[in-house]
Amino acid sequence: MSGIVGYGAFVPRNRIKSEEIARQWGKDPETIRRGLLLEEKSVPGIDEDTITISVAAAQAALERAGIDPKRIGAVYIGSESHPYAVKPSGTILVDVLGIGPEVHVADFEFACKAGTEAMFVAFGLVESGRVEYALGIGADTSQGAPNDALEFSASAGGAAFIFGRKNVLAEVVETYSYTSDTPDFWRREGEFYPRHGGRFTGEPAYFKHVLSASRAILDKTGLKPKDFRFAVFHMPNGKFPLSAGKTLGFSKEQLETGWVVPTMGNTYSGSSPTGLAAILDVADPDDLILITSFGSGAGSDSFVLKATEELPRRRPRAPTVRSMLEGRRRYLTYGEYSKYREKIIVNQ
Amino acid sequence: MREVAIVGAGMTRFGEIWQSSLRDLFVEAATEAMRNASADHLDAMYVGNMSGGQFVGQEHLGPLMADHLGMAGIPAARVESACASGGVALRLAFMEVASGMSDLVLAAGVEKMNDGADVTAVLASAADQEAEAYHGITFPGLYAMIARAHMEAYGTTEEDMAAVSVKNHRHGALNPKAQFRREVTLEEVMNSSLVAAPLRLLHCSPVSDGAAAVLLCPLERAKEFTDRPVKIIGSGLATGSMALADRNEPAFLDSVSLSAGRAYKMAGIKPSDIDVVEVHDCFSIAEICCLEALCLVERGKGGEAARSGLTALGGKVPVNTSGGLKSKGHPVGATGVAQAIEIFEQLRGESGDRQVADASIGLAQNMGGSGASSAVHIFQRV
Repeated sequence: MSGIVGYGAFVPRNRIKSEEIARQWGKDPETIRRGLLLEEKSVPGIDEDTITISVAAAQAALERAGIDPKRIGAVYIGSESHPYAVKPSGTILVDVLGIGPEVHVADFEFACKAGTEAMFVAFGLVESGRVEYALGIGADTSQGAPNDALEFSASAGGAAFIFGRKNVLAEVVETYSYTSDTPDFWRREGEFYPRHGGRFTGEPAYFKHVLSASRAILDKTGLKPKDFRFAVFHMPNGKFPLSAGKTLGFSKEQLETGWVVPTMGNTYSGSSPTGLAAILDVADPDDLILITSFGSGAGSDSFVLKATEELPRRRPRAPTVRSMLEGRRRYLTYGEYSKYREKIIVNQ
Repeated sequence: MREVAIVGAGMTRFGEIWQSSLRDLFVEAATEAMRNASADHLDAMYVGNMSGGQFVGQEHLGPLMADHLGMAGIPAARVESACASGGVALRLAFMEVASGMSDLVLAAGVEKMNDGADVTAVLASAADQEAEAYHGITFPGLYAMIARAHMEAYGTTEEDMAAVSVKNHRHGALNPKAQFRREVTLEEVMNSSLVAAPLRLLHCSPVSDGAAAVLLCPLERAKEFTDRPVKIIGSGLATGSMALADRNEPAFLDSVSLSAGRAYKMAGIKPSDIDVVEVHDCFSIAEICCLEALCLVERGKGGEAARSGLTALGGKVPVNTSGGLKSKGHPVGATGVAQAIEIFEQLRGESGDRQVADASIGLAQNMGGSGASSAVHIFQRV
């Protein structure tokens, strides 16, 4: 059965605490902590972008896959912060990692769903037999306007997944996608920060799509929430994924492993994929895993995965998500954060 | 003047109703009110609405709503008095029937607040632009100053205000149309996020979509439409200083007092005759001030009313049995009509788990701005 043969994630070392952002704008940090369940978020360094994050995550995935990069026939990077509006992120990545030139490359965008979209297409090409291996990545250096609620969550990081048909670490049991025209969050060409519809991003957008896709894949597979050991839902803040999971009938224990948002923030296209990587970091053979992404605009992709005997064997070849979240960190002041995120106007 | 009765009522659920537009909400409530009274036509219609223009870019609601109700041609107009728009629409419908000009008149209110507008800024346009809004103050800030003044003058506490929210949520939990059908504890209110000190999130009514409509006719024709009409026996409208800074006593709502006095006089009753009351609790402090201005409690004693159980279901004067604006929701233009519907249903014995036993006379008080306008109506079981 086709599935994931290698995975990896990357989270930058810089952090800023919710409290530091709240202090800057005269907001109550407790409200953020309790209301959004956000403690801190990752911040990209001055030389980090979607491409460097994708390369780091894909390198880890290659280590775990243990395959010759030349055998990868397709590379897709999903992001809403591709460094170039015109010029692919994927071409730089394939050159750095020694993939190609015999490779199909594309950059994807579907708000926060672009990562699972890349995974979906990569998996489809492998399953069809069109390519031997395919790489799907979700990575972002997310944008959030200063003094917007998004500023507390928009963070940096990503995860990469190599799909193949042999020696899989996790089988893809089923996939499902659910899409509608729901304009809850958008960024127009040339605009620096996204805009959003406030509470409209909740019930009619996030919850409608996440719950519909998750319910449909459960129906399609005949599985019940109790059959899963882990589930991860897109994490725009701490609260939404827990609430969606609870509504579907998942317990806190099933959700907490992939629930990386309180200390990582929302890595947009990298959000649920990074949560999935954190689950693969600890899953045992035969564990069932549900992942449902959400991208504004809007849509959700769901995957049901089943871990294999290969997973624990190859897991140690690269760092875990938690080791990056809980390992060496550098805390920034709001001033440093503003400099790193290029919010300060300077002379060239 | 002819005697006037309400013979039918209709109301949408209040809340974030993403799938319904301004006109959808209106048509749902208006059709239900007409069906409720088996009425097949209207002679006129008033639509209470604070700011369709700013919330969804739609003005000219008289013809729009008549058209979408399938009644283009009838006399119809939109009525605006900020958050008291619904109450004022009811008063105009009452006057039109009482005067003998029309028989079947619909009084409706509608607001679509959840459609992307900057709600706080839109609502602030009901304050005094030159004296207040330009300087940055918004309604939570204005009511916070009223709360401070009340605390200073009468020793009212944050717990007193929190008790109002606890009571109204307890009532609203019993109302199928309420936006928040859940109870809250005193601790939850006291620990909720600070919005404008001393007001916390759970002291404030929510942003809501919704519509409400009542059908009025001369009392002498009421039995054609229902077995249980409810008479409107008093109507009072008053204005007060637009800016809070111009009030003699910021903790006392003059317009509420004046409008209540006029309604009591027309009805020929005393405050102690009232069995059930809906007041404009846009913030919990507002309920406290309104009770005093309506002479339901002594001046300065509003703070203890909810805490002592006086105004709870089962208390001496149950206030906001619907859940009030706090728990039921506050689609601003619809609120005044929704309050009338709660009293209408209480007096007909249709309020289910929140029924006030043997309610015979009820009062609804609807306020605009920080109290610059107030409409009071008194109703009696027939």
